[in-house]
Amino acid sequence: MNEQLPALVVIIPLLFSFLIYVMGFIERRMPYFLLLLSSALSTLFSWKLLIKVIKEGPLSYHIGGWEPPWGIEYRVDHLNGIVAFVVSLVAFLVILSFKERIEREVEPPRWSQLCALFSLQLCGLLGMTYTGDVFNLYVLLEIASFSAYSMVAIGKRGAEFSAFRYLIFGTIGACCYLLGVGHLYILTGSLNMADIVTLLKNLPDSSALRVGLCLLVIGIGIKMAFFPLHIWLPDAYSHAPSTVSAFLAPLSTKVAGYVLLRILFGIFNPSFPSEKVLLEALGWMSLAGAFFFSFMAIIQRELRRAFCYLLLSEISLLGMGVASGTLEGLRGAILHLINDIFMIGCLFTSLCAFIHQFEKEDLRYLEGLGILSPWVSLGFLMGGLSVIGIPPLCGFFSKWYLILGTIEGEKWHLLIGILVSSLINAILIFKVVEKIYLKHPHSVSLKNLPFAFLVSLLIFSVSLLVLGALASTIVKKVIDPWILTLGGF
Amino acid sequence: MEKESLLPLLALLTPLLGSFLILIFGENRRNLREGTTLAASSLTLLWTFLMLKALKAGYIPQKYLFELFPDLMFSFRADPLGMVFLLLSTSLWLIISIYSIGYMRSLKEHAQTRFFFCFSLAMFGAIGVALSDNLVSLFLFYEILTVSTFPLVAHEESLEALRAGRKYLVYLLSGASLGLFGIIYLWGHYRNVSFVAGGFVGEVKDWVLIFVFLMTFLGFGTKAALMPIHEWLPSAMIAPTPVSALLHAVAVVKAGVFTCLRVLYFVFEAKSFPTEFSLGLSLFVSFTVIGANLLAIREDNLKRRLAFSTINNLAIILLGALMLSKEALKGAILHIPFHGFMKITLFMCAGSIYVKSKKERVSELDGIGYSMPFTMGAFTISALGLCGIPPLCGFLSKWYLCLGTLEASKNWFLLIWLTSSFLDAVYFLPIVYRAFFRGKKDPKIKEAPFSMTIPLIVTALGSVTFGLFPNFLFHLLELVKMVISSVWGV
Repeated sequence: MNEQLPALVVIIPLLFSFLIYVMGFIERRMPYFLLLLSSALSTLFSWKLLIKVIKEGPLSYHIGGWEPPWGIEYRVDHLNGIVAFVVSLVAFLVILSFKERIEREVEPPRWSQLCALFSLQLCGLLGMTYTGDVFNLYVLLEIASFSAYSMVAIGKRGAEFSAFRYLIFGTIGACCYLLGVGHLYILTGSLNMADIVTLLKNLPDSSALRVGLCLLVIGIGIKMAFFPLHIWLPDAYSHAPSTVSAFLAPLSTKVAGYVLLRILFGIFNPSFPSEKVLLEALGWMSLAGAFFFSFMAIIQRELRRAFCYLLLSEISLLGMGVASGTLEGLRGAILHLINDIFMIGCLFTSLCAFIHQFEKEDLRYLEGLGILSPWVSLGFLMGGLSVIGIPPLCGFFSKWYLILGTIEGEKWHLLIGILVSSLINAILIFKVVEKIYLKHPHSVSLKNLPFAFLVSLLIFSVSLLVLGALASTIVKKVIDPWILTLGGF
Repeated sequence: MEKESLLPLLALLTPLLGSFLILIFGENRRNLREGTTLAASSLTLLWTFLMLKALKAGYIPQKYLFELFPDLMFSFRADPLGMVFLLLSTSLWLIISIYSIGYMRSLKEHAQTRFFFCFSLAMFGAIGVALSDNLVSLFLFYEILTVSTFPLVAHEESLEALRAGRKYLVYLLSGASLGLFGIIYLWGHYRNVSFVAGGFVGEVKDWVLIFVFLMTFLGFGTKAALMPIHEWLPSAMIAPTPVSALLHAVAVVKAGVFTCLRVLYFVFEAKSFPTEFSLGLSLFVSFTVIGANLLAIREDNLKRRLAFSTINNLAIILLGALMLSKEALKGAILHIPFHGFMKITLFMCAGSIYVKSKKERVSELDGIGYSMPFTMGAFTISALGLCGIPPLCGFLSKWYLCLGTLEASKNWFLLIWLTSSFLDAVYFLPIVYRAFFRGKKDPKIKEAPFSMTIPLIVTALGSVTFGLFPNFLFHLLELVKMVISSVWGV
């Protein structure tokens, strides 16, 4: 069975999504447990794969036994090994927490539909990370996107419109990506990433290639909500059901971020003349984004919208690491990707728990939360402090590499961007902390916090500390081996 | 000689563990909670003394934990300079714990669990700063110290207190990011951030490097409340008095000064700076020395006046270090614990006066000396000490500072020291005068409870004892000589 692991990680959530939907007709509570099981299995298998990759090096899996340049190859290396593991682990933790929330938020007939969509989403995200084929990536991207559109649409008040807008933008993004793939295919005649890399080496620089690269980056840029292609995100995530935003916020944009890394460093590399210009532009856009999003985050009245902007500013930081184009910057970007999945997961799960207890999203209702609901407050505190990079939480470690990268590449504007946007984010976080711990509670009715939320939040909070302590190990065992395989570093 | 030892780790973990126990015991078991504070602080002091003993026996206790970044260890080392700061903060923590229990209970303060939890966590940060072996470990604890002090500053939860808390964060977090930039730049260029006597940077000629130094120095100087980035400190005086006493006269601000000393002598080589640059920096710091004292004269709120005096004394320490001579550095390092002992006494007196009479202004203090003779007696001793009157310990450090100034043949700076001491007298003596020579005894005001009076008498006696026997108990003078000989390579 060990040889089939790459396929299993992706196929299990796919098969489960059908099973979940069917079982929903038989027993209403069954879908949730099946969903939990599918994410648990994916986590377990992706962990096994990661260990195997670290021990034995990258491995290749041929879907249906077709040889690579023609058939679809799933290529598991250090980078996507860890991204897939982190994605499935965080998905498991989020799913673990929200059983009661789904049951309150969504009408019973929709339970099984929502759970099936979650599973399908997970399948898309994991597939996007493992696949070694640019067209297969497009297919999985669409699976993930379409399940996301429908999940968002389940929400109340304005969700349909936001979902529709998300769909329009998402489709434009997917089209751009597909066009980019078309360019690559015309130029190289191949869809396999590893194959494209070797073929590109002999290819002269041409405008067709440049346009192809730009299209790929713009397409993924929309999916990862890169400034100024972000406008769909705050609406979609804040109108979606709270469980859906807790699931999508940490995962979907980060997986798109991983794809960006794969394109810019795995397929192309910074020594391409066109990519230098692209990275420069990416740097300035991230810089503008970091300032804009941090500023937007502090003026929001609704907590969920504020966190959406915080998420966007974190993505801009990732962009800055990529744009610095140096070894340390790339290390930082990858570490930041991993840490950010946990940090944003922690914040949005706390948010989901908060909404579950209060049924309110206004910042005002945070007042006195430290007394009313200590565990949710802990989640906010740890996630928040980590996002602004207070040591010893993990956010500090990725920021370290990002800053080191900008210094190494002498990109001083990016350096200032990282430092200042972290400080602006600190305003939001300490506004929240101040409300939670230094204000008196309103007299509001408050529902009990389900035990599952407590467990999940506790694991999230501890994992932020553990990731900090493990930062050096992750860099040495996972990130550096991957970077070594790239040209140009 | 270094020797692997568990002691630094124990000294760190005790306050951390203590803070969580405090949280667990909570308001319902307040005696247990306060017992934990006392137990944690006395245990930490015990570990400190054991480390001191090891240091005297000739080896430096050291502990490696794990890698923070590839080739960068999370490690601790109780070297003589760190030991001075460690002795100061742990000994005063024990004393202030006793005092704060009396203070918080007399005033029936709210959220006492949060208070003691954050206090213990802040001490964890301060001890970590003292024991850290490299800039990055130090930065870790430096940030913990910043964040854990925020709820203490805003403890009162009034709008004014919240504003003070926000101001505190804005200043300190911005400062820390400048410092972080410096640290990462150094790591990027030298792949080394460990403290070495004499620095690892080598000779500084390059102006880029001077810029990096300046950013680091000013970044950490925010915590040392250098003017014009000092505004957070007087505002933070809205915190409960034990916080002002320990954290804003000793642990937090001295952590800033301590870090600056580390940067000056253990990361960079201050002696190798271009002369015009170090002179300019000295003048910049002198501006704070005089300016803070001038502002203190005008201040009527007792705690704010003390805060300006703190700013003055912190700048004195930094200026002493910038004189670049052996004796001046000796004076500067000695001034860290000496000023700590004297200033904490003054703050505890201010707190006792507030608890018993609700008076916060200097102009209201007429005749208070008759009602609270012990408190005001201790106040007088410490105030005189800060003015530099022999035989109190303030005299000793200032003596070395002046000697060092002459040694470095920067005679003009003598004027700064003398003016500053004169201004000290200008704003401290009127308080003493009001307390003992004006007004009548107010029969309603009595001495504060023993748990508050005894600590302040102990610290006041301490400042006398250190003046007469600088090696008493803590072996401060010996430690300082060890630092000097390591830095100057004698």
